[in-house]
Amino acid sequence: MSTEHSTDTVRLDEGHHIGEGGIPAQFVNPGLPPHVHRMSDESAAGAKRAERQIAGLFTLSILGTLLFLVSYFAFDTAHRTWVPGLGTVSTTNLLLGVGLGLALLGIGLGAVHWAKTLMPDEEVVEERHVMRSSDTDRAKFAEIMREGGESSQLFRRPLIKATLGGALGLFSLPLLVQLVGSLGPLPKNHLSLTMWNGHPDGHGDYTPYQERPRLVTDPESLPIKASDVTIGSVYHVLPEGLLPSPEATEEEAREGLPHGFLEEKAKAAVLLMRLDPSDFKDTEGGKKALSWSYQGIVAYSKICTHVGCPVGLYERTTHHLLCPCHQSTFDVTDDCRVIFGPAKRPLPQLKIDVDKDGYLIAAEPFHEAVGPSFWERG
Amino acid sequence: MTTTPNERPAQGLRAGDAETAPPPSAGAKKLGGVAGWVDDRLGPAKGVNYLMKKVFPDHWSFMLGEIAMYSMIICLLTGVFLTFWFVPSAGHTVYDGSYVPLQGVQMSEAYASSLNISFDIKGGLLIRQMHHWAALMFIVAVSAHMLRVFFTGAFRKPRELNWIIGCILSMLALVEGFAGYSLPDDLLSGTGLRAAEGFMQSAPVIGSYLAYAVFDGPFPGEAIIPRLYGVHVLLLPAILIGLFTAHIVMVAVQKHTQYPGPGRTNSNVVGFPVMPVYAAKAGGFFFIVFGFIAVLSALVQINAIWVYGPYDTSAVTAGAQPDWYMGFADGALRLLPGWLEFEAFGYTLSLNVAIGALMLIPIMYGIMAAYPFIEAWVTGDKREHHLLDRPRNQPTRTALGVAALTFYGVLMFAAANDIIAIKLNMSINDITYFFRAGTFILPVLAFWATRRICLSLQRADRNLVLHGRETGRIVRTADGRFFEAHEPLNEYERWKLVGYEEQRPLELTSGVDAHGVAAPGAGKLRARLSKFYFQDVVTPVTPEELAAAHHDGHEHEAIEAAEAAEIESGERSGAGHH
Repeated sequence: MSTEHSTDTVRLDEGHHIGEGGIPAQFVNPGLPPHVHRMSDESAAGAKRAERQIAGLFTLSILGTLLFLVSYFAFDTAHRTWVPGLGTVSTTNLLLGVGLGLALLGIGLGAVHWAKTLMPDEEVVEERHVMRSSDTDRAKFAEIMREGGESSQLFRRPLIKATLGGALGLFSLPLLVQLVGSLGPLPKNHLSLTMWNGHPDGHGDYTPYQERPRLVTDPESLPIKASDVTIGSVYHVLPEGLLPSPEATEEEAREGLPHGFLEEKAKAAVLLMRLDPSDFKDTEGGKKALSWSYQGIVAYSKICTHVGCPVGLYERTTHHLLCPCHQSTFDVTDDCRVIFGPAKRPLPQLKIDVDKDGYLIAAEPFHEAVGPSFWERG
Repeated sequence: MTTTPNERPAQGLRAGDAETAPPPSAGAKKLGGVAGWVDDRLGPAKGVNYLMKKVFPDHWSFMLGEIAMYSMIICLLTGVFLTFWFVPSAGHTVYDGSYVPLQGVQMSEAYASSLNISFDIKGGLLIRQMHHWAALMFIVAVSAHMLRVFFTGAFRKPRELNWIIGCILSMLALVEGFAGYSLPDDLLSGTGLRAAEGFMQSAPVIGSYLAYAVFDGPFPGEAIIPRLYGVHVLLLPAILIGLFTAHIVMVAVQKHTQYPGPGRTNSNVVGFPVMPVYAAKAGGFFFIVFGFIAVLSALVQINAIWVYGPYDTSAVTAGAQPDWYMGFADGALRLLPGWLEFEAFGYTLSLNVAIGALMLIPIMYGIMAAYPFIEAWVTGDKREHHLLDRPRNQPTRTALGVAALTFYGVLMFAAANDIIAIKLNMSINDITYFFRAGTFILPVLAFWATRRICLSLQRADRNLVLHGRETGRIVRTADGRFFEAHEPLNEYERWKLVGYEEQRPLELTSGVDAHGVAAPGAGKLRARLSKFYFQDVVTPVTPEELAAAHHDGHEHEAIEAAEAAEIESGERSGAGHH
């Protein structure tokens, strides 16, 4: 061990052994090649030219700084300029950026040019040493540690050793418990409920409705008459009561959306489409979809069952819904079965009906959790 | 330097006035005074002298790490600027800034303040765009730097620890980037967070608890923006800077690796000292990178958040794409088929999500971090290595790297399957099926092709050494035959091509080790892997071979034929060994 480290190092500059016939078995490192002089080393004029170039670059930097300062005070942020190749751009962004860029590039290019033309370009050789410490130092270290353990009586007093180990092992628990315990509430069954189940109480639970909620358009918050939904149309739909009512004044609307609005919308968003009843596939899913529809009007959760992006694209000719995030494709005629992409489960269907005025209502809440899968979704 | 000679008058006993030798200039005198003042108190002269004379080897590929370092500094600098105006709050507000299309629109304070930075703070857009461009550049440079380190074998002993630190830095950079572009709370970044919440839900058993803990309840909640902000501006930068400092200190302690070449050995460093050459070159390069990012941000728009609008949980933009460095993970999610979701006993296991979203990055970086140890085990090489490999001289390692890169590339392009489908007017289904197959097939093809290319390049090197460079000069011999004159390489050029170590597979000579104990299965595995690494090895030209080639030099065709026969027989004997 003690002498091994010197042979540990690969020394390609040393021939290993002399082969038969006097020719080395391997080539030998010839050493540094001869130094080649630069123009600026050989002529005073060359050096002078380099000096002027470097000074020119530093001057460019000063001009860049000036450009930045002048444009900062000369132009308003709203000012726009048309630049060929870029179109209409913010004048300040363009001039400040170019000014700052020149100020920095001038310094950088000047310094590098300086290093390359006027500073020494003859390579220097520095010796390396093996990383490992000497054996004496290693032995000394072991001795210090051993001596420390010995003199502190750590090894002789198992009670201290055991309790210290326990204390050190446990002290992080309070911090960990505080952090993990207080980060957020428990999900309970809240991921499985939506505003189609009932009115949100603000704590994740829902008070069941007296009357089943109407489907209203997003963002107009208007109820939808079944007769108005023509074949081929698609509506973004929310449960009644989530959006401010259409009668709200401008002021009220500006007040802001109710607390928890985005959270409810993230679960309750629904797509409403009307298909010709004959379009539905003659499968179990297709039949169920038709029976949960109202005369071919179907409502499906808009939240993708893959990772929860809103399913944003509807191909009206094929009745396919496509999620733009990862391209999961759902067939509306077959109960939104996944026909392509990484999602596994169909989009949950919302069973709909009409109320006495002919407006669409959610006959029942979703029968399963909407959105991405999770362990206990069942 | 600050000790004062006794014969100086009392008035002269001031710092900077104590020079006995004539100072070179007033400026240097002042500097000496200040340095003296500091040295009197802290005594750094010895250490600084050592650092200032430290030698760094020169090569363009060593600048990749420098670019990474500088873009990180630029991110820190511009990031501090942004904190003065950015409001990390999901609180609702109504936009009343100067961007007309969004006036009166309800949005979060985070988004409104991002719009203000872009439209109402003078130079704010520039700083924001520089921050984003520098972040993109940072991760590009980190990745390129990692590839350089990998393909040149710079991760070998004694630098394994620094390679691991580098892997952690690179992985954290991805998280830092994601946290950053999620902050403006525009529609695109909100969609990214929406997906991230879905990823968390896919964690087996604890998914919904994890998501509720991170988002403080149901998605989106109001906690995620301030929490991400803390992570983005405090937690991760602190870790990044700490690890980065360790990274740099280790480079200084271990001294930089160098490419093989005349005069360069495993026990020296050939290059330029910090003072003055590297101070000017590296310092200047910082300004070049900074200036480049400034000009880029002036001319090329990045992340136009005002186009997307505020985040709305039921809206989405078509063609939603993450920043490039998250592309591979997004691509994996697009390729993983739905049948990887399983339901049993009322529980759901979403491997179609979890593999790509939760496992891919840790596994990928885990393999990367473990690679130095795997290779060292296979080769049985416990020596220190300070000379880099030319990638062609390590055909198997290079091929493994290219295969891994191909795998990454397939995933990254898969994240653009919708864009490719639209731009090339192709079926997105076909493209996705192609990428699914490609994930498994293309890396194998890449491995095979890369190894063949490396071996061919090695043979081309041998050819060049043995026969010299083609001059294009045709010589007619006395008996009327033609041949092309070849110019032999000089010893410096030749050394670059022959100065590498021949590597042979480890041999498993018998089933028992030195103590007569039967070799465990690991020994066989090791021998097999070693064979996999080195069985096709092309040996460097030896002086004997060169002498033989020169000796036969008059009969040009004879050499070529002999040479070809020799390589073939070498291959055959290499294969026959085992």
